[in-house]
Amino acid sequence: MDPARKRTVRLIVALSAAVLLAGALVYTSFTASSETRTPSQLASAAKPGQVYELTGKVEPGYRRDGTVTHFRVRDRAGNVSVPVSYEGTIPDPFRAGREVIVDVRKEGAVFVGEKDSLVTKCPSKFTAEQKS
Amino acid sequence: MLVAGKACLILALAVCLYGIGASLYGARTGRREWVASGRRAVYALAGTTVVAFVILEAAFLRSDFGFQLVLGHSSTTTPAFYRATAIWSSQEGSLLLWLLLLSLWSSLILFATRRRLREVAPYAAAVLLGFGAFFTALLVFLESPFDQTPGVVPAEGVGLNPLLRHPSMMIHPPMLYSGYTLFAVPFAFAVGALIARRLDAEWIRSTRPFTLTAWFFLGVGIVLGARWSYSELGWGGYWAWDPVENASLMPWLTGTAFLHSVMIQEKRGMLKVWNVSLVLATGVLAILGTFLVRSGILESIHAFGASTLGIPFLVLIAAMVGGSIALVASRAAALRSDHRLDSLLSREAVFLLNNLVLVGLCVVIFWGTFFPLISEAITGREASVGPPWFDRFIVPLALMLVLLSGIGPLIAWRRATVANARRNFALPLGVAALACVGLAVAGAASEPPALIMFTLAAFVLAGMGQELWRGTRARRVMSGEPVPLAVVALIRRNRRRYGGYLVHSGIAVLFVGIAASSSFADERDVRLSPGQSVTVGGYDLTYVRPTAELRPASNGRLERIDFGADLRVARDGRSLGTLVTEKSYFPSSGPMLGPVSRYFEGEATSEVGLRAGWQRDLWTAVSPDIGELRPIVEEGDKVFSDSAASLPAEQRGALLAEALRGLTARYADDPPPATFRVLVSPMVTWIWIGALIVFAGALIALWPSPRALARRAAAGYAARVGRETRVRVPA
Amino acid sequence: MVDLLVVLAVLALVVLLVTGPLRRGERGDEDDAERAQLEAARDAKYREIRDAELDHRTGKLSEADWRAQDRALRAEAVELLRRLDALSS
Repeated sequence: MDPARKRTVRLIVALSAAVLLAGALVYTSFTASSETRTPSQLASAAKPGQVYELTGKVEPGYRRDGTVTHFRVRDRAGNVSVPVSYEGTIPDPFRAGREVIVDVRKEGAVFVGEKDSLVTKCPSKFTAEQKS
Repeated sequence: MLVAGKACLILALAVCLYGIGASLYGARTGRREWVASGRRAVYALAGTTVVAFVILEAAFLRSDFGFQLVLGHSSTTTPAFYRATAIWSSQEGSLLLWLLLLSLWSSLILFATRRRLREVAPYAAAVLLGFGAFFTALLVFLESPFDQTPGVVPAEGVGLNPLLRHPSMMIHPPMLYSGYTLFAVPFAFAVGALIARRLDAEWIRSTRPFTLTAWFFLGVGIVLGARWSYSELGWGGYWAWDPVENASLMPWLTGTAFLHSVMIQEKRGMLKVWNVSLVLATGVLAILGTFLVRSGILESIHAFGASTLGIPFLVLIAAMVGGSIALVASRAAALRSDHRLDSLLSREAVFLLNNLVLVGLCVVIFWGTFFPLISEAITGREASVGPPWFDRFIVPLALMLVLLSGIGPLIAWRRATVANARRNFALPLGVAALACVGLAVAGAASEPPALIMFTLAAFVLAGMGQELWRGTRARRVMSGEPVPLAVVALIRRNRRRYGGYLVHSGIAVLFVGIAASSSFADERDVRLSPGQSVTVGGYDLTYVRPTAELRPASNGRLERIDFGADLRVARDGRSLGTLVTEKSYFPSSGPMLGPVSRYFEGEATSEVGLRAGWQRDLWTAVSPDIGELRPIVEEGDKVFSDSAASLPAEQRGALLAEALRGLTARYADDPPPATFRVLVSPMVTWIWIGALIVFAGALIALWPSPRALARRAAAGYAARVGRETRVRVPA
Repeated sequence: MVDLLVVLAVLALVVLLVTGPLRRGERGDEDDAERAQLEAARDAKYREIRDAELDHRTGKLSEADWRAQDRALRAEAVELLRRLDALSS
């Protein structure tokens, strides 16, 4: 094979690999992702058994029941809240008023959290104003 | 000094704008003195920024609460080290730090190249000053660090967030920012080279130390972040594919690719378009990383708050991307390769493949990080992908990367013959095969990706060892030195090569640690009462007794309450001592909270119980059950507010102390069951060791050889003699 | 008052620094830049020669391949030295 032909072959192979990777990325991300939902979105339309990524603020008045914590998550700017049951250790920054991200699945009237998916956002270092 | 600080920043902005104009004018008209003036504008930027930074630091160190920034991020009880570093725990302070580092590195590179790169340097200076102008404008108009505290100045500040009160967390930002700002240097010189159409390897050679240093600092910042996450946070992991983690990793990956592909351009004049695109992409990703951390466009463990900086950064990034594409497209003719790839069995081909893998990794991480925005744009619904999705792609790519890092050093440039290949690969392949069989027999076959990684790491390490041995032998043939001296001399004379080999070895070790700890870890979340035990990963842990303590701050006031546990550790019946873990509760300063309960509504941090070892780490964190204590806490609030209202201040304080001591005594005597997370991860220590080896290798590669330094000094004298004896030719 | 003094001092230093070349009418030497560039290229070429030799001695480059590369690199180095010498004459 002369050099020019060799180069063309190599280019085609490389491009095909890139296209394959890109295709795999796109396909798997759209099928394997979980939708981000706010509490109001979840409260109105949540399919049972489907995993959603819930984001919102923790309401005061959560309680521990053995290794399970029951808390409510509220819209960042609103009043709708949903109940969540989460099994396992709770991150250190978790408390009322903090923003959390947790993967949940609807089971009956409650949303059950997936293991190890609860993330509590570190209190903002970069707020516009720091009030004491 | 607020006015002085503000004035310095305004002056800095003016200097930047002047410098851009002077450099561009000097470059266009060829008038040296304007170029020199523009270069000095960069020095002036560094100077004024240093003054502003010192003013702010001094305010923090003396706790001057007239500075609103100091009030919001520090307090008189904050230890001196954290008072000094609190400056960059704030948005404004971190921007000032970014500007400071940028101006310092820019001054350094322009000073080092003041007699070279005549056509390129002025444009590079203009680009660097452009960045300077951007950040200075942010500091002057949007996020000023020199705002006055309105009204009456309080006597005490808010203090530093307890989560940040850890040395790693305070060194982490300067490391990362050094990495980001250092990457601006090759970016600026690439832009300059493109504008001036001087696309030979000169600009690459001159900026290589900066690229390597950027890579070094960014890498240190990333590893420090991972270590902090592992040993300070209560979840026991070191990497979560969180957007802010990914934001720092992406430029590091493209930077690694660039460091390799420039070698191809230097040797064979190939891949010019690729190189220039890589370094431009790295610069864009560095700015993108800086932007992501403070923008709020992605959900992350880093809460961003309402930030006004999103739009300006997006404009800057768009300008960088657009400008880069336009420049590369318009200079395409000058970027044509001098040679072509001769053979797939060559170091060029391996480097090219390595580049593709690194860029592939970056693309995967980019896609996954920005997927919420992408999916929203395409489907209208925001969706996100988690660590399992990342792992699916990262693992095979990482395996390929390690494989290539082992092959590259064993192959020659241009073309390797089959006979050569046989000679060079025999030993490493043999060692790898042995390792594979041995480890499979020992039980690693249950996790094939991990086994493959171990095998590849053995291949890499054997190859590096072989290279070192053969090089030493070759040297001894000529010099007759004893082996240790020969090794040292060999490395000293070939720093770049052996520094690079050391980096590859470190990466192999690092990946062994990652593979082992993620594939063979054992984790349990369990609820224990004192006296109960749990077995995890071969260790028997017994909850011996609870601990409860009030901890004072440096000024005698109460800083926090610690509730924890003493655990006894045993393995195979043999006692291994005790492990202590606790949770610290810091009071919140919210006005509506009761005096006792405020301690449980503020920040909490974990003191992880960590027993690190060569083979495995035993990690545990406790979550005391505060819920059970709540009735007592509320009662304490009530009792306190009822009786304390009528008491004078010091007696009130004494009563509160009594109440809190009673609370801790109650916890120690009759503790509710606590939740423990116990994690046994094999070979985590090797991740940190591997990282140290990588950084040692980078330092070796960076270190200027004494001969080069002496030659540079001599050249300086020779040039001066030439200059001073030559007759001046009228301009 | 202190603020004002600090600001004026910094301003004065900046102006002095930045206008220095303009006041002096600096004209750098083209030759200096050319020399520094050639010297850097020469050092890089020397490193390439040493690298090729080490590659040969550690078995990555065959005798024939190495001799060919070495010859080419040395010729390029000689060319650089010639250009350097031409500068200083």
